[in-house]
Amino acid sequence: MAAIRTKPDPQIYTFEGFGSSRYPNLMLRGAGELDNWRLQVYTRKWEGYEACRKALKMEPAAVTAEVKASDLRGRGGAGFRTGMKWGFMPKDTPERKVTRYLVCNGDEGEPGTFKDRAILEYNPHQLIEGMIIAGWAMQCRTGFIYLRGEFSWLIDKLEAALQEARDAGYLGKDILGTGWDYDILTYRGAGAYICGEETALLNSLEGRRGEPRVKPPFPASVGAFGQPTTVNNVETLAAVAPILRMGGAAYAELGTPGNTGTRIYGLSGHVKRPGLYELPLGLPMDFILNDLGGGSSTGRKIKAVIPGGSSAPVFDAKDFDCPMDFDTVKARGSMAGSGGMIVMDESTCMVQALLRLTHFYAHESCGQCTPCREGCNWMEMILHRIEHGQGRPADLDLLASLPPRINMRTLCPLGDAACGPVESFLQKFRPEFEYHIEHKSCMAGAKSILPGVLAPA
Amino acid sequence: MNHPLPPETSDVPLAPGERLPRTQREKLSPEAIAKIQSIAAQFPDRMAGTLPALYIAQKEFGFLSLGAMKEVAAALGVPEGHVFGVATFYTMFRKKPVGRYHFEVCTNLCCALNGAADLLAKVIEKTGARPGEGPSPDGLWSVDEVECLASCGSGPCIQINHGVFDEFVDEAKLEALMDACRRGETAAWGE
Ligand code: SF4
Ligand code: FES
Repeated sequence: MAAIRTKPDPQIYTFEGFGSSRYPNLMLRGAGELDNWRLQVYTRKWEGYEACRKALKMEPAAVTAEVKASDLRGRGGAGFRTGMKWGFMPKDTPERKVTRYLVCNGDEGEPGTFKDRAILEYNPHQLIEGMIIAGWAMQCRTGFIYLRGEFSWLIDKLEAALQEARDAGYLGKDILGTGWDYDILTYRGAGAYICGEETALLNSLEGRRGEPRVKPPFPASVGAFGQPTTVNNVETLAAVAPILRMGGAAYAELGTPGNTGTRIYGLSGHVKRPGLYELPLGLPMDFILNDLGGGSSTGRKIKAVIPGGSSAPVFDAKDFDCPMDFDTVKARGSMAGSGGMIVMDESTCMVQALLRLTHFYAHESCGQCTPCREGCNWMEMILHRIEHGQGRPADLDLLASLPPRINMRTLCPLGDAACGPVESFLQKFRPEFEYHIEHKSCMAGAKSILPGVLAPA
Repeated sequence: MNHPLPPETSDVPLAPGERLPRTQREKLSPEAIAKIQSIAAQFPDRMAGTLPALYIAQKEFGFLSLGAMKEVAAALGVPEGHVFGVATFYTMFRKKPVGRYHFEVCTNLCCALNGAADLLAKVIEKTGARPGEGPSPDGLWSVDEVECLASCGSGPCIQINHGVFDEFVDEAKLEALMDACRRGETAAWGE
């Protein structure tokens, strides 16, 4: 029995135009092919480690400049400019020689997001190569790959890939004769969504509870083990080798100005061809949904789409034409986030969907900040009673009053993340909530999708 | 192996007021201690060995009793309170035993949209184990609800020990999987 399968099915990769210069496959190259993770295959088929050789012949600052020229933005959610982030790492001074660390954030846990897993599973060498280049650019001593605990089955493969890279001289002492020593270690989390937040991740990497830290100081000055650290997402680091290979300027021609390159979109929910799609930034959402995703899987119309992982505010039909890049999605009131698009058809009860998401945030709140800890639970409780026919007329205003008291009042973005769905669902689908309270039943008339703890008694 | 240890997976939370159970064996094996120390030595600070060490202890004991946590603290040379704090923070560190096959059903939104509720109900019915209530009477199965497993595009999905299984649309697939467990054909996805 095949142990692990990752969508998408191969037909998606042969979709007309995929892999062409218009829609190049830079990060998902070879995804789905079982031996693609081997060093041999990577070198033979994908010009593996050529970018690394090229980078190690350049000055570290020139490598950073190349990434700046590509205008790559972080693919983990916030969309911060990667080159600029690298530039924050302090230089050595005569008084102090610093130990710098690079950390790869592989704590993929945002509902709707499943892209990093495909890179780790099928293309680990591209990630490793990116981490070597990034490590060289910032003159790091060690790189860490922090994986979520559930990815235990990926760790062995990743370790094997790291060993292959060590044996080939790309990691370890005196890499390719440059005199630079650098190695990459893996670290496995243990089931806490909040560890995807960079400072929580650093705490976890240090063997502590994964609780976010107060910023400043930012990780670039005080990060892992008290040393300057850069934390980048898996997909961001996987984009580095292609950038070096093709040149920053050529990479920047993909996508749109300010939103350059390709990114991996994940389609899930009520969509006919769910899976991962690597596309240049800026393609309209309805193209991705309908032309690639095949539209609704149920034959019913699509009612709502969450455009960038579960914390992104939801879109209704009037926004489906939105170009999928960081800035436009933000201007339309949501977030491109992690690129995970959750599709909901007309039969979906928005009260249930929101309750499920809010339950997630309440469950994952680390508990350090009162607004997040109490607020998320409170929002869940209110939604729970609305869903189960005990809603009161005043509940909607009460619910709407909570996000402004949580938003921007917490240590880390989890509080805000929990508010995005609540605010947007209420704003766009308020009649459904009102109907629920008034009629004690669902407007969509569908049977409950709520499992287990949230299910009606 | 006459009494197979439960596989290393996720935890079953304690009920309010419930005490941490203890195992008879509460001494880490010398190999485990050596492994913990060599892992900790890779990092600039030995505290960083806490998570890996807890995983090692969990594998030895099946779950983390207070005694197991103390052992970890001693092996690492860090305060016991620290280890206890870490072990209780993360959901994958188990404070109670689980069955030999731990079914973790994702019930988050994407999976829920594609039928996670039905899947969970079927898993409960077939295994006889209930979420959060420990192993089934035969000790073979445990069931828990979990948050997103990063297989959203192919939900609903279940993680069983170290393997993720997705696209559960019919009961036959679940039955086939359980049969594979019963026959012990699980080496590929780790016990
Ligand atoms: S916002 Fe929530 S998750 Fe973030 S630090 Fe505060 S309590 Fe923890
Ligand atoms: S929601 Fe089930 S795997 Fe993501």
